[in-house]
Amino acid sequence: MKFHRIAALLSRHLYLYKRSFPRVMEIIYWPFVDLVIWGFITLYLERFKGTMPSFVTFFLGALILWDVLFRAQQGITISFLEEVWSRNLMNLFASPLKPSEFLAATMLLSIAKVVTVSFVTVLAALFFYSFNVFLLGLSLVPFIVNLIVTGWCIGVLTTGLIMRYGQEVEVLAWGLVFLFQPISCVFYPMSVLPEWLRAIAWMNPAAHVFEGMRRVITTGGFPVQDLLWAMGLNALYLAALIFWFHRMFAVCKEKGLLVRVGE
Amino acid sequence: MAEAVVQVQNLTKRFGTFTAVDGISFEIREGEILGLLGPNGAGKTTTIHMLLGVITPTSGAIRVFGLPFDQHRETILNQVNFSSTYVSLPQALTVEENLRVAAGLYGLDRVSERIDDIVTRLEMQEFRSKLTRRLSSGQMTRLSLAKAFLSEPKVLFLDEPTASLDPDIAAKTRAMIQEIRRTTRMTVLYTSHNMREMEEMSDRIIFLQRGRIIAEGTADAIKAECGETDLEEVFLKFAREPEAPVHER
Repeated sequence: MKFHRIAALLSRHLYLYKRSFPRVMEIIYWPFVDLVIWGFITLYLERFKGTMPSFVTFFLGALILWDVLFRAQQGITISFLEEVWSRNLMNLFASPLKPSEFLAATMLLSIAKVVTVSFVTVLAALFFYSFNVFLLGLSLVPFIVNLIVTGWCIGVLTTGLIMRYGQEVEVLAWGLVFLFQPISCVFYPMSVLPEWLRAIAWMNPAAHVFEGMRRVITTGGFPVQDLLWAMGLNALYLAALIFWFHRMFAVCKEKGLLVRVGE
Repeated sequence: MAEAVVQVQNLTKRFGTFTAVDGISFEIREGEILGLLGPNGAGKTTTIHMLLGVITPTSGAIRVFGLPFDQHRETILNQVNFSSTYVSLPQALTVEENLRVAAGLYGLDRVSERIDDIVTRLEMQEFRSKLTRRLSSGQMTRLSLAKAFLSEPKVLFLDEPTASLDPDIAAKTRAMIQEIRRTTRMTVLYTSHNMREMEEMSDRIIFLQRGRIIAEGTADAIKAECGETDLEEVFLKFAREPEAPVHER
């Protein structure tokens, strides 16, 4: 075993970190997100002193719904990355295809992914934990639709960033969405958050969806206000992000990045 | 004289302080094959990318079929296609699946019939159902050409289309391009580093260096102007001159 060869390989990887902020961030990012999420979950559980009602429904339901958002985001971002990896972007955008049509196709694909993944998770929850997500009722349907739209928003944002900054920021495809998890209040209510973070969470449509879900479980009623907040914020963000994506697309064409991404 | 299908006027592309294409103007007439020649980094590919709308020019104008490109992108690109050695197609799809996707992008009818036809013409039957990742580089090039011919474009941009083909398939491909051009009056912009091929294929040649047109005309006219008998000698002469003179057009 020769140390100089090991050192060469080490330096090969360290060179990457020297110039790559996303890679450095990734080292810090996941432990930080885990700590924040589990910290707030602990604070929430502490309220019940070990006797939390509807424990399984709260957590398994939340996990299944979070996956809806995650897959919706992945449906857009991974579809774009597939084109990058296969160096196919030029074939697409030198054809009559418009960026809006590209987004529409990836959004439809994300719905197909969400349906498939949900089918698997719902069945697994039923089989392993006897948890029937449909017991939550049909009132959850509009909330699920909103989670898909939130996933699209994060997907469009991530895709625009990858298109603009290249494969250097590819890790965002899997990581960025989790930045929204602590303020989506997936496993705990908004009231657990410190006041300053609550204000940020309020601007996140997913937080209203999960608040709504908990209200459905605890009261059985239909939380109109949560739904309206989620819909309003989603409509605003999606419109703004689609506009921004088109702007990014134009910037990439000006800078010649569209033909270089993936190289 | 045939109508100009592609018109480029004072086309410039700057990336920061670097000028990739520097105020070039040219036309390609209906049914003409125009060869774009120049050393690496001369601006050939950037020019093609601007003509395909994937790079926005810094200044200048592109008109195709008499229409300004920036205002009629969709109409123009429906009738334009390209093939490049440097652009791949999805590796996890079969040859036929890739062609079907391309047909969808261009809104083609008679898809199966068109695919059968192009697969036969390019002798792709034996790997029609093969995954793209399993193709040899020559087969990959044929797939890229098949994608380009599938939409029966009126204008075709070919960036080193025969670079990785064996001499037999390369000759057949050139013959096919010539045949399609003859029967459909297809307009072609062609780049290659193979000088013999350039002479054989091109009605006219534009020589680019450092983003500028330094010579333009038929291969014979350019050779005569430079006092050379071989286009390769002309290429080497231009490419090795630190600041090649800009010839009057």
